[in-house]
Amino acid sequence: MTFLDLSDVRKNYGSQTVVHKFDLDVERGEFISFLGPSGCGKTTTLRMVAGFETPTAGAIRIDGKDITRLRPNQRNVGMVFQSYALFPNMTVAGNVAFGLKIAKKPAAEIAARVEEMLKLIKLPHLGARFPYQLSGGQQQRVALARALAISPQVLLLDEPLSALDAKIRVSLREEIRSLQRALGITTIYVTHDQEEALSMSDRIVVMNEGRVEQIGTPFEIYNNPKTRFVASFVGTLNILKGTIVDPAVGRIVIDGQEVMTSKPVTHAKAGEACTVALRPEAATLYQSEMQEAATSSFAKDSEPRNRMQGTIEEVSFLGSVVRVRVRFDEHAISLDTFNNPSATPPARGSQVTVAFARDDLLMLEGAAA
Amino acid sequence: MKQAKLGSWIAIIVGSLYFIVPLIGTFEFSMRMRRGEYSFAAYRVVFADPNFQATFAYSTVMALATIVIGVVLVVPTSYWIQLRLQKLRPLVEFITLMPLVIPAIVIVFGYLRLYNSSSILPLTASARSTDLLLAFSYVTLALPYMYRAVDTGMRAIDVRTLTEAAENLGAGLPTVLFRVILPNVRVAILSGAFLTFATVIGEFTMASLLNRPAFGPYLQLIGANRAYEPSALAVIAFVVTWACMGLINVVGRGKQIKATP
Repeated sequence: MTFLDLSDVRKNYGSQTVVHKFDLDVERGEFISFLGPSGCGKTTTLRMVAGFETPTAGAIRIDGKDITRLRPNQRNVGMVFQSYALFPNMTVAGNVAFGLKIAKKPAAEIAARVEEMLKLIKLPHLGARFPYQLSGGQQQRVALARALAISPQVLLLDEPLSALDAKIRVSLREEIRSLQRALGITTIYVTHDQEEALSMSDRIVVMNEGRVEQIGTPFEIYNNPKTRFVASFVGTLNILKGTIVDPAVGRIVIDGQEVMTSKPVTHAKAGEACTVALRPEAATLYQSEMQEAATSSFAKDSEPRNRMQGTIEEVSFLGSVVRVRVRFDEHAISLDTFNNPSATPPARGSQVTVAFARDDLLMLEGAAA
Repeated sequence: MKQAKLGSWIAIIVGSLYFIVPLIGTFEFSMRMRRGEYSFAAYRVVFADPNFQATFAYSTVMALATIVIGVVLVVPTSYWIQLRLQKLRPLVEFITLMPLVIPAIVIVFGYLRLYNSSSILPLTASARSTDLLLAFSYVTLALPYMYRAVDTGMRAIDVRTLTEAAENLGAGLPTVLFRVILPNVRVAILSGAFLTFATVIGEFTMASLLNRPAFGPYLQLIGANRAYEPSALAVIAFVVTWACMGLINVVGRGKQIKATP
């Protein structure tokens, strides 16, 4: 059953529309990420749920109740801000207790709840400290405790980790996710970091220029991007332009080399241009026919694979992975190979074969141009 | 490098002498009321003068009233500009700077034309209403200092996010203002208050033209008729002003220490 419902929500600033027809149903306890580049409307949408922006059209409902026109202080929605937004004049405990004091809870109840929240964020000993005495990660955990203390119906997180360093970011995102799971709180998380969105979310809403590009599970978004934007924004992707030869069997030509998709092409005719995408990890590099034959004999399936001949243009050593750029003619693709200390690394200028499964060649809809 | 340091020291010493020597001269002269010896006789005379006490008390009350009115006017204005009306900032800054550009005598003549006893709002008709007019005049006069001090404080905190965070936790606007914003701009408000106090306590033009018994006109009166007492009063006025500046520093430093992790 839908718990949070955004239907046909739009937002205009003057003549400019920053959010177009946004529809989303969120289940109770679900973790949804809004993913997109800066200015795509994800924060504006979140702020409309929080009540800091009023939709120009559409409705927002929580548990069936229309909250579209309610003031932010009447919504019972917790929010964690990118800049922490802890009150500098209050201690950690004071910050966590703020919402409870506003709600005029009894002092004993407030003290118990503050203690519980501080234990939850693993900072039970820091209640008397002021925000300036905490690290960024600690401050953000306190901000999370403050937002959770009021037992909100929905938790909103606006790029909460973007001001933190990489290591803290990873550990804190795991903490946020496990807390969210433990409390079963419906959560909307705004981020421009695809790794964060993919690793934390039940579902991801990919946004671009105020529009929803795709809504799906991380697996769906990554493996079956519906649009060129989603394909290019989520993960590293090789985009190749080709010409359709036989749409019924999914045969296309890229740089004079014929490849096949696993499904027929339904949205274009023979001779028309098309755009396909290939993930770097989906392609295998063979430096010789012998190597290809040897590796292929261990292949788990016998399905025919696409093969393209090219020349190594660039080799980047990234530690455990070696990223190789192979040029065909007009197009070049990047592909990742595992670093093998006992093998000779691929050399620039050498002729190679790139092989990939037909399934891995993603035909992008409406992206022929 | 050493030459640059020496140059800096010379500049500081010359600058300090420029300010300190006249002060020392004034102080020294104020101590020479009794022939052949240094004494605080001039100060004793000044402090014993009932007019000094009355005018100083009057100006202190006026300064406190000015501070209260100024805070009530400036804090919400600055808050709202920071929160919602950023576009109006240049206009408000221009308006608050006007008292520095327009001489006090012009402002007070404007008031006298607008609020004289035959006008629609005859604020000069009675002593109490003239006091009110004088307090408002002082608010205008101190506006550049009060607004700048408060605005600097508001800019130093993320007013918008703090307001949103508090609203999100259920707070209404009065709670946001009194429990979140005001405590975080306390130092800025105090700075504005001390600057206002220092401005108002010795103000002459407005008090004199509105014919109110303030400390400024008293200073002028004593200066015109006595020899040593004006010097003593000048030193007292300096001490009061400097005490205000010192308090700004003490309060400000307290905050700085607190902000250091």
